[in-house]
This record gives sequence, C-alpha cells and structure tokens, in this order.
Amino acid sequence: MLKYLNTTLGAAAIALSLGGAAFAQDSAEPIIIPTHNWSSQVVMAYVIGGIFESIGDKVEYVPADSQAVYEAIRNGDITISHEVWQSTFGASFYNAMAKGGIIDVGNHDASTLEELGVPRYVIEQNLCPGLPAWEALKECAAVFATADSEGKGRILEGPQSWHGDLMPDRIKALGLDDKYVVKFAGSADAIWAELASAKKEGRGIITFNWTPNFTDAEGFDFIQFPVYTDGCRIADGGDGSCGSPLGWMKKAANYKFPKTHPAAYTIFSKLSFTTTQIGQMAALVDIDKLSHEDAAKKWLAENEAVWMPWTK
Amino acid sequence: MRARLLRSGPLQLVLLIAVFLGLYFTIPAVEGNPFWRLPHLIAGWPEKINNAVSYLMFEWLPIDIYDPEIDDYEASPLLKEVTRGLSTGVLFSIDALRELLLGGVKTIAAFVGWDYARAHPDLVWPALPWTIVAAGATLLGYALKGKWLAALAAFATVYIAVFGQWEPAMETLSLVLIAAPICFALGLLLGVAAFRSRRVEAVLTPLLNVAQTMPHFSYLVPVMVMFGVGDHAGAIATIIFATPPMVRLTILGLKKVPLEVIEAAMMSGCTDRQLMRKVMIPAARRDILIGVNQMIMQCLALAVIASFIGAKGLGYNLLLALNQLRIGQALELGVCIVLIAVVLDRLSLAWANKATNYFADQSFVFRHKYSLIFAGIFVGGIALAALGGLIFGDGINYFYMIPHNKGITTENFWQSGVDWMVENWYQGLQGFNRGLITQVLIPMKTAFLGMPVMATFVLTMGIGYIVGGVRSALTVALLLLFIALTDWWDRALITAYMATFAVIVSVIIGFSAGVLSAHSDRASKVVLLLCDTFQTFPSFIYLIPVIMLFGVTDTSVLIAVIIYATIPATRYTVEGLRSVPVALQDLGLMSGANWFQRFSSIELPLALPHIMLGINQTVIFALFMVIIGAMIGTDDLGQYILKALSDKNGIGNGLMLGLCVAFMGLAVDHVIQTWARKQRALLGLV
Repeated sequence: MLKYLNTTLGAAAIALSLGGAAFAQDSAEPIIIPTHNWSSQVVMAYVIGGIFESIGDKVEYVPADSQAVYEAIRNGDITISHEVWQSTFGASFYNAMAKGGIIDVGNHDASTLEELGVPRYVIEQNLCPGLPAWEALKECAAVFATADSEGKGRILEGPQSWHGDLMPDRIKALGLDDKYVVKFAGSADAIWAELASAKKEGRGIITFNWTPNFTDAEGFDFIQFPVYTDGCRIADGGDGSCGSPLGWMKKAANYKFPKTHPAAYTIFSKLSFTTTQIGQMAALVDIDKLSHEDAAKKWLAENEAVWMPWTK
Repeated sequence: MRARLLRSGPLQLVLLIAVFLGLYFTIPAVEGNPFWRLPHLIAGWPEKINNAVSYLMFEWLPIDIYDPEIDDYEASPLLKEVTRGLSTGVLFSIDALRELLLGGVKTIAAFVGWDYARAHPDLVWPALPWTIVAAGATLLGYALKGKWLAALAAFATVYIAVFGQWEPAMETLSLVLIAAPICFALGLLLGVAAFRSRRVEAVLTPLLNVAQTMPHFSYLVPVMVMFGVGDHAGAIATIIFATPPMVRLTILGLKKVPLEVIEAAMMSGCTDRQLMRKVMIPAARRDILIGVNQMIMQCLALAVIASFIGAKGLGYNLLLALNQLRIGQALELGVCIVLIAVVLDRLSLAWANKATNYFADQSFVFRHKYSLIFAGIFVGGIALAALGGLIFGDGINYFYMIPHNKGITTENFWQSGVDWMVENWYQGLQGFNRGLITQVLIPMKTAFLGMPVMATFVLTMGIGYIVGGVRSALTVALLLLFIALTDWWDRALITAYMATFAVIVSVIIGFSAGVLSAHSDRASKVVLLLCDTFQTFPSFIYLIPVIMLFGVTDTSVLIAVIIYATIPATRYTVEGLRSVPVALQDLGLMSGANWFQRFSSIELPLALPHIMLGINQTVIFALFMVIIGAMIGTDDLGQYILKALSDKNGIGNGLMLGLCVAFMGLAVDHVIQTWARKQRALLGLV
C-alpha cells in the first residue's frame, strides 16, 4: 500500500515538474486521438499528441473513418477530434452532438473555404476566359466536358454525404444546368486522382475542393460565385444562387475529457492553428515527403513559440 | 404432347421473355401505379432498427458503474458494458501480441496501472528484433514442410522488413493472429453443431448466407456502435467476415464422411466425443482445410476495410498512401498483405498436414531440435541487434528494427509507370470510354431503370419456377419483395445493372482463361496462384490508376469490378474442368473424339455444375465490388451504404441496405445452386 502511494506521489511529482504549473492532475490513462486519411489531419494529430506528451500525458493514436469518428467520440472510444470541417463534417458532428456525449471545444483561427474551383493552369492558360468569375462558365462548358457528360460541362462534386444537393441546386439556380452536369465523386481520393490526371493532360476540370490542403501549394483557384448571404441557400429559404461562405474548423471532445484531463483540455481549448500553419504541416509530408511522425516532430521543434504559450 | 412441350425449359424461357417484354412496354411509368413501383411500405424500418439498437445499447437496463476517472457513478446500460467488456478482452490480446513483436507499454500498464507506468517511463517492453521473427518464421517453415516453405517465409519476412513495412505488417499480423484462431474455433464449433442438429443448421444457414453476401461496409457502423473504435472492432468485423466459409466447409466436410467410416468407429466403441474428434474431423480434413485457406484469405482481404473502424497496420497505411496518390507505396503495402496471407495459409496447411510419428523413440535433443535452434536464433538475433547498435551508432539500427518507410522502396518506379500510362494512354482510351458509356452503359442503365416492378417480378419468379418449381419462384419473390418495399428500389436497379454488366464480361474473360489453362498442369497452377493473389490484393490500389485513366465514371467502377469478379469465374472453371475424371476423358479419346468434341460433349457438361457455382461466386464478388465502387462515385445502393457511415440512422440504414444487396445476391445464389444441384443429380455426380 505504502509502495503504491509512493508511486502515485512520484507520478504526481513528475507530472508537476513537467507541467510546470498548478494543473497537473491529469489522469494517466492515454488520451485517444483519431487519425484520418489526409496529411494535415494526421500530422496535426501527432503535433497535438506531442504537446500533450510534453506535459506528461499519455497519448494513443487510432485510425478511424472521418465521418464515423463523431459517434466514437460520443461513446468515449476516442477522446478528441481536432479537424471538424464545417461543410464536410458539420452534419456528422451535430448529429452526434444531438445524441449527447460530444462537446464543442472552439474554433481554429484558420477559416476554411469549401468551394468549386479549377487548377491554376486552367486560368494561366486561359482555357476559359473570364474565370474565376462564375459568369465565364456560361461560355465554355465544352472545355469541361467528359466522356459521360453528354457534351455538357462536368462539375465534380464531393460525395453526396458531404452537403447533399447543394451544388446541383446552385447550378440550377444560376441557370447553368442546361450546360453543366454535377457528378458526385465517391471519396476525396477520387477527386485527387482526377485532378492529377487532368494536370498531366493539361485539360480543364472543375472540382469541389477546399483550403487549406496540399493543393494550395500547386495552385488552385476557387470560382467566385455570387457572395454568400445569410438565408441564401435553399435549406435556409433562399433560392440557392450563392457561393460558399468562409467556414469554421472546430475542435471536439468527449464530454468527460475536461474532467479526466483538465490540463490537456485547457491546452486543447486554447490551441488554435492558422491556415498557414496547417498548410506547413501538410507540406512537410506532401512536398518534403517526411513521415507523418517526423513531420510533427519537426514542426513542434521549429514552432515552440507558437505552442509553448498554450501549455502555460 | 402439348404438356411435354410446355415442360421443356427453353420453350418456357422464350414464353417468359415474351411475357416480360409485353409487360415492360405496356405498364405505364406513373408514380403511384403499383405495377410500376411498389409502395415504400418498409421505408420506416431503418429508423425503427436504429431506435431499437440505440435503446438496447444506450438505455436498456442501466446499471451504475463507478468511473474512477471522473470520480463519479455513471449509469451505463448493461449491453454496452457487456460488449465493451468483450472489446477490452480482444484488444488486450491483440495489444499483448503486438507488443511482444514491436514493444510497448500498454500490456504492462494493464497489469500495473497507468499511474505506475507513467511514474516509471523506463518500464517499456522491448521490441523483438526483426531478424529473430524472420529467422523464426523461416525455421517454422522448414520444420513444418521443408526448404521451399522456409524459402517462402524467409522471402516474405525479409521483403517486409527491407521495404520498411515491418511495423505496420506486425500490427496487421497481430490482429490476424488473434482473429484467425477465433474464426477457426468458432467455425469448427458452429459447423459441428450444425452437423449434429438439423435445427441449428436451419437457423445457421440463412445467417451464413446473409453474412457471406452482405457488403462489409454495411456492418461497420453497427460494429462500431456496439464494440467501439480500435483494433478490437477491426478484429470483430474480420471475424464476422471470415468465419462463414469456415463453418460452411466444416459442414460440407462432415457430411461427406462415408457412413462406413462412422460405422467402423461406432463398432470400435467410440464415444460421441471421440467419434467427432478422432474420426469425423480428421476424415473431413480436406474440406476443413479449404475452409481454413478461405478464412485466412478473408481475414487479410478485410485488412483495409477494418482500418475504417480503427485497425492499425498495413490497411490504414495503404489508405494514407492512396490519399496522397502514392500508388507505388500502396502497391508495396498491398504486396505485404498478400505475402502475409500466402505465408500464413501455407504454414497452417503444412501444420495441419504434418504427420505425427507415434512410434519413434527419440532423444531429448532430437525431439527438441527446433526449440533449441530457435533459442540459438533468439540469442543470435539479440547479439546482432547489439552489434547493430555499435555499428550504426545513433542512426537507425537496421539489425533491430527498420522504421516505417525507412527501408528501400521501388515507389518511384511504379509512380513513373503510372505517370507514363496516363500520359500515353489517356487520349487513346477516351474514344473507347465515350463509346462504352454512351452506346452501352447509359442505354443499359436506362433500360434497367425503365423496368416496371411487375415485369421484374414476372421475369425473376419465372426463372425461379423454370429452374426449381414453385418453391424457388416464391423464394426469389420474397427476397426481391423486401427490396421493392424499401425506398431504394431504383438504387437497387442501378446496382443490378452494374453487377450484370460486370458479371457478363467477367464470365467471358474468366471462362476463356479457365478453359485455355485447364489443359496444362503448369498453366492451371499459375492461374490459381494468380487468383489467390488477386483475392487478397487490396482492390483499393487499382481504383486510383483506373480513375486516372477513365475519370469518375461508371467505366472506372466497372473495370475495378471486372478485375475482382473474374477471379472466381476463372478459378471455378479451372477446378471444374480439372475434376473431370481421367477415365471419362480417355473414353472420349478412345472413341476417336477430337479435342473440341471431347471438350464440348464430355468435359464441359460434366464441369458445368461446378462452373455455374463459379458464376454464382462471380455475382457475389461483383456485388461486393460494386459497393466498394462507391468510393469512386456511383449513384446506387453503395453510395447510400457509404453515406450510412455518417447518417443519423446509420445503423438501420447500413443494415437494411446491406440486406438489400445480400438479398439480390441470395436470389441469384438460390437459382444457380438449385440448378447446379439438379444438373449434378442428372449427371450422376452426387
């Protein structure tokens, strides 16, 4: 018994000395961080894990599907999620929240944009004069035609589970539906494969995409649709003829997290990355070809000024 | 005379098609017309299933559980505690095995507590140097079979290590080594139980049918809700997926044991238990071992899918690589999966076939020869790792553990291959792609969607009737009725159109390849090896290059489906033709029949029942892959199954959609099985 007490005290002492501040009563059970299948998210998982480890907490990483993860957080199988994108995961996140067990831990600095766009060379080579203004699309449907689009231009949208019929509705509301068809891709991978193939051929392609991600580095321009205003979407009572708003990127956690790991939770709620920082994390893997773990180590070492203050 | 005419199959078929076409063109396509589309009477079921599962998992029989983490009591439902208890057990086993191979702290922490583990950061179980595992596997191969198996095991382990995939491979291996024995035990137990009791078999058969035809994506969410996310969930999904073939082949094997053998055993005074253990199971070993082979293949075939719900290892890394479009890396990972499958399969086969020498009186050293050699390997491996520590200094100790992705790689070679393919083939393939889509696929899809529900039922029930009488007609009708009453009938028609197209092409390719190779021993061996390889090679890898060439179109989906569905068509054709008794072939030869005559009037008719079973498997493989094709982009049931991962009614939707796909497969399965059974009886093959 005495021995057990000693070890507990020892643990507390170590945690204190590492944590450096008064909040060091975090549980020794590991904090479970999900990893999905895109670079910035995985690197950020290791970055956040590294920050938690720096105050003496244990961390574990578990691969999980990016849509199904919210149900797992709600049930306590996973502790946090650090990249909740508004338009792709908003629905899953709020569905899980409505069932209880998941809490909103605030937004990142980074604002996201999830919108239709074209690779930069489409504009540089003037494949469709007038882009990125959306009106230009009226004149060059043929540039974006594909084998299955029956002569119309093809707009590649993300999976339907991301935002339902938002894009078909918008195309219709803008009167582009006689010149364009919307095709739902099945996964992000399918979009990347089409983009890569189009780039090699130098052919025109309109696809759903988002920033920040690795395509920023190669150059990708979003089409300027009519400005988003509150209530302009069909779901909100409008006619749907508007572009996407700048979106948020949230952090989420299981409801027990503040109580089991108060120190880590405090850090997690202060923690906030900018678009540039997220881009850096992705680039370390996608451009510099580091492994995800090494990329996280490098980022943490080079950016102590950014994350150290959150632990204080 | 007239009566006999009406009973002739071909004429009935012609009549049936005439009626079908008549209905097709006369029933107006009006919403609300029940002959056009049935009312969606069971569209509300997913929500009900969902509520029922949620109630059972999250509300039913709450018990107060003390949670030391938040220092408070929490009401937790009984069922959740039970499933989570099971999860903890499975996860502990996987982690323990994994840390034995790779090192870690979780198993130790499970015994001494995390607080103690945190206080003693040096208390970490060390990883086993990869050289020991590799040499151990080689030794095992040698001990069980001989130098060829040893060479295979050595090649596989060295490949995995040198290519820098040791860590993910051992992660996958630890999951499979826990899941596979559970599948084996469960499969054998259920198989024996079904053999002993007709009632158990009656309950088990439909469950097995559904489990084998339901796309794996559709039970991911239920597994996740019940068991959580992590390696344990991956293992449980793997067990659901891999056990059915084991059960099925156990039943088959036991049923084939000759009555004489059983009687001989009874006469020697065997108890029930002895009869099963010492006589029946050994006598049925051939089929049971095929079951083990299938089970191991299935376990590794699920490696990628299992990572959707938390399984670490090769599958997860493969998805990561694909998201970065690093096809070369994905390919190397895929090869690792295949190698593990092949080595495990061959090792288990060799182990099961190893004869025990009951009479030898061997010395201690001889009996424990291999244990002693392994002890030597163990010491040697550690010495080598220590030596490596000296040689490599602060760098990576390649003799101890080659870190992930720090080995050699052929990635650039494959990557430039893919680039070359896109640059040189894309333009040329566009004409083909456009022609196929506009001339074949779109008209075919329109035709399927324009089919009145009445016409569909007449056609399918009619075929059922011709093949198996009223019973089959009703079975088929009930299976399809379930789909027709959901609000996914149109989606199901699209799935049916894609599966039909893919099956036709796959059967043509598979049948031709099978016929061409069946006549040579060597060619059939090569073809069967290719079949094994492609069955475990993760199909996700070829999705990406296919999209690059054909875009997000139905062509891409269908090409991926055809690659996968050709496997069973080929395999069963080869097996069917090769199982034709040599005596019968000789007989043909003696009567002066030429090659073509022998083939068309002896071999083909005799092999046809088996080939039809291959077509049956082709249909099921095609349905599976059409669903995975949703990752490319489809508008069929698969799209909804993927969507169920994030739905509010995810459990209910996933299960119901899965059942829709399963029932389509089962309807085809029923008709073909019935036909093959009758045909075999006619040929006197039973």
